[in-house]
Amino acid sequence: MADLRQFALPDIGEGLTEGDILTWLVAVGDTVTVNQPLCEVETAKAAVELPSPYAGTVTDLLFEAGTTVDVGAPIITIDVGGEGGGSRAGDAPAPPERTAVLVGYGPRTTEATRRPRRSATPQVLPEADYGSGTERPPLLTSAPDVTVKPVRHGGLEAGRAAEARATVADTQAAAPTSTVPGSGPLRPLAKPPVRKYARDVGVDLATVTGTGPGGVITRADVDAVRAPAGAAAGRTEVAPDETRIPVRGVRKHTAAAMVASAFTAPHVTEFLTVDVTRTMKLRQRLMARPELAGVKVSPLLFVAKALLLAARRHPMVNSSWDEAAQEIVVKHRVNLGIAAATPRGLVVPNVKDAGALTLPELATALADLTATARAGRTTPADMSGGTITITNVGVFGVDTGTPLLNPGESAILAFGAVRAMPWVHKGRVVPRQVTTLALSFDHRVIDGELGSRFLADVGALLHDPGTALTF
Amino acid sequence: MSVLSRTTELVDPVPGDGAPHLPAQPDLVQLLTPEGERVEHPDYALDVSAEELRALYRDLVLVRRWDVEATALQRQGELGLWASLQGQEAAQVGAGRAMAAGDMAFPTYREHGVAWTREVDPLHVISMFRGVDQGGWDPVATGFNLYTVVIGAQTLHATGYAMGLQRDGADAAALAFLGDGATSQGEVNEAMIWAATFAAPVVFFCQNNQYAISAPIERQSRVPLYQRASGFGFPGVRVDGNDVLAVLAVTRAALAAAREGSGPTFIEAFTYRMGAHTTSDDPSRYRLAGELEEWALRDPIARLKAHLSRTGVADRDFFDAVDAEGDELAVRIRTGTRGMPEPAGTEIFDHVYAETTPELAQQRAEFVAYHASFEEA
Repeated sequence: MADLRQFALPDIGEGLTEGDILTWLVAVGDTVTVNQPLCEVETAKAAVELPSPYAGTVTDLLFEAGTTVDVGAPIITIDVGGEGGGSRAGDAPAPPERTAVLVGYGPRTTEATRRPRRSATPQVLPEADYGSGTERPPLLTSAPDVTVKPVRHGGLEAGRAAEARATVADTQAAAPTSTVPGSGPLRPLAKPPVRKYARDVGVDLATVTGTGPGGVITRADVDAVRAPAGAAAGRTEVAPDETRIPVRGVRKHTAAAMVASAFTAPHVTEFLTVDVTRTMKLRQRLMARPELAGVKVSPLLFVAKALLLAARRHPMVNSSWDEAAQEIVVKHRVNLGIAAATPRGLVVPNVKDAGALTLPELATALADLTATARAGRTTPADMSGGTITITNVGVFGVDTGTPLLNPGESAILAFGAVRAMPWVHKGRVVPRQVTTLALSFDHRVIDGELGSRFLADVGALLHDPGTALTF
Repeated sequence: MSVLSRTTELVDPVPGDGAPHLPAQPDLVQLLTPEGERVEHPDYALDVSAEELRALYRDLVLVRRWDVEATALQRQGELGLWASLQGQEAAQVGAGRAMAAGDMAFPTYREHGVAWTREVDPLHVISMFRGVDQGGWDPVATGFNLYTVVIGAQTLHATGYAMGLQRDGADAAALAFLGDGATSQGEVNEAMIWAATFAAPVVFFCQNNQYAISAPIERQSRVPLYQRASGFGFPGVRVDGNDVLAVLAVTRAALAAAREGSGPTFIEAFTYRMGAHTTSDDPSRYRLAGELEEWALRDPIARLKAHLSRTGVADRDFFDAVDAEGDELAVRIRTGTRGMPEPAGTEIFDHVYAETTPELAQQRAEFVAYHASFEEA
């Protein structure tokens, strides 16, 4: 018979509040033994495998890989009732509730489930009029704090939740201005998400009778008016042909930036295909260096270094067009932007004064920058003040592109995939590691000659990193 | 030439330069090679019976099994933290088995293998990491002091205890455990100066596992650690910490010297922490995988197993029986851990004084009232 146990995500690192499930190592239906690894979890401190506390059969995986899960949330259900349960099934305790820690830091879950004080102060409901679809704080600066991140549909979810929370106080607040529904108020009573919904579907709220508390028009009221009178009864829900995603947060910012870039800076793109075999070999050698121990030594690091060296020789590429002052502003420091794809969209944080960094420092800075971006913790300060950008489209397996400038900058370099290709090397066709670079630049600031020389220098450095000695 | 650049020549090679932690070591005491071959050392003869060899093997395997189970329990939310000893079993078992009944060990928080040899119940150690008590065993009865989490503080306790033994005229010694990182602490240096001055019967047993959390030994010392002892005025010896026989022989000799009034010895057990510093640590952020592979070849259990097999001292049945015993131990640890009762919150007041004071009684009453102010769950 089934005897289901759930395993809650423990605090595996003294005061952690959440972890990301990287991969599941078991599937529904699998038989597991005690201490068999179930999944790999990454926390702020470490990526570790979680061993099973139970022997039995997996009946449910409660989160998909890639999800951020709060400490204390059950992640897997195991049936210990079958023969897999073994002798210990009987005395195995109920699902763990404790999230023990040795020293002072208490996991947040403990706080959340704390018993209320007897003399609790009256509950205030600040959320009651929130969720109106008003702009939430920028997504970038808000730390992830929910168990599962729902897709927000224009605040409607929050709006409905707020409706559900509507309290007597809410109703009373509405009462003075509304006497009898339909007879008095100049403006029909409806919450902003319902107003928006009515506008979206073309329903005039003045024609709707509200059935909510105090005569407030609800979403259902709008739907009732919207449905054709005759068909209303027999009508069945039809799956929508499209999904409308509100433009906000990072997407909104990206769109504005791209429009500004495309229509204010006339830019052109040049391409260069380079044999980077020597750089790849150098990378292997450097990975063994103690200075670079523990740091990710990525191909991007070498492209970044090459760009920084070439920019030193051609300072004009690191400049900005000041339309108002009718001046070209040549920046003396290179704040190197890296376009990063994050779960929240495109962000372009930059490494401040990257030209002054040694290779290990640059590697660390790039690793920090991408880790911060992936964690969704890039701050506005991290993204402002960029002077030139690299976009690493190669990580997606494509060869090249025609990147759009990050507004305020005059050049952006796209770095394509590094592939083994037939290449003429020392007079013979041999397989070599080859990549394609694409440089877009603002033609108001940078002429074809300068852009070409700069791109050629970047390419030369990647073709033979030894040329760096001449820079 | 500056002082710095001269002394730099004495440093072990840094990681990445060839074989990182395998410098030519003429001074390393070894009785069992990584391949399991028995070798002799002029200063440290060891006569060990077949039965003792099998017992040492059993110790090593069971201690590791305990450690594996505790690490899993932490990952399952049953322990707040666990400090794994994996890789250091031979150093700890060898040192623990070198102790005589009247000797006293002063451990850090990682000496589970020594606790095992002093017959401390593993569940008493685990209860501390579960947070249900502050360490539940009797230090006097076991000759194994409570775990000290403050780095290096126990070296002072051990030195003071040893001076007490000296004044009692007892035929016993103190064995102070410390790590490589602790050698940078002021307390450790004070303890060694004090011990040397009074020729206290204490042995400083340093497990150099190469890392003070993430700081490599190269950042802790410009000279091999055992050479520091000469600066304090007592002998230092470097022993292969993954060789249980060598550790046993060297520690026995050092403890005997201490009991005879010859003063302290500093033992550097050269070993490697195969796991994380604690379960809150991710060593892949500061160590290269190649280093781990290199040390895996020097595993303390594998080499003794190879020796036992080769010499016919033990056969497959013996190894299987020890493994089975390990699994039983693991089940006992698992069920025992989950079954530990939650402590009453007021216990922290109960053992402060032999007779409680009015102030403490009032604090206790306030604490009880505060907890009672919450609604029932």
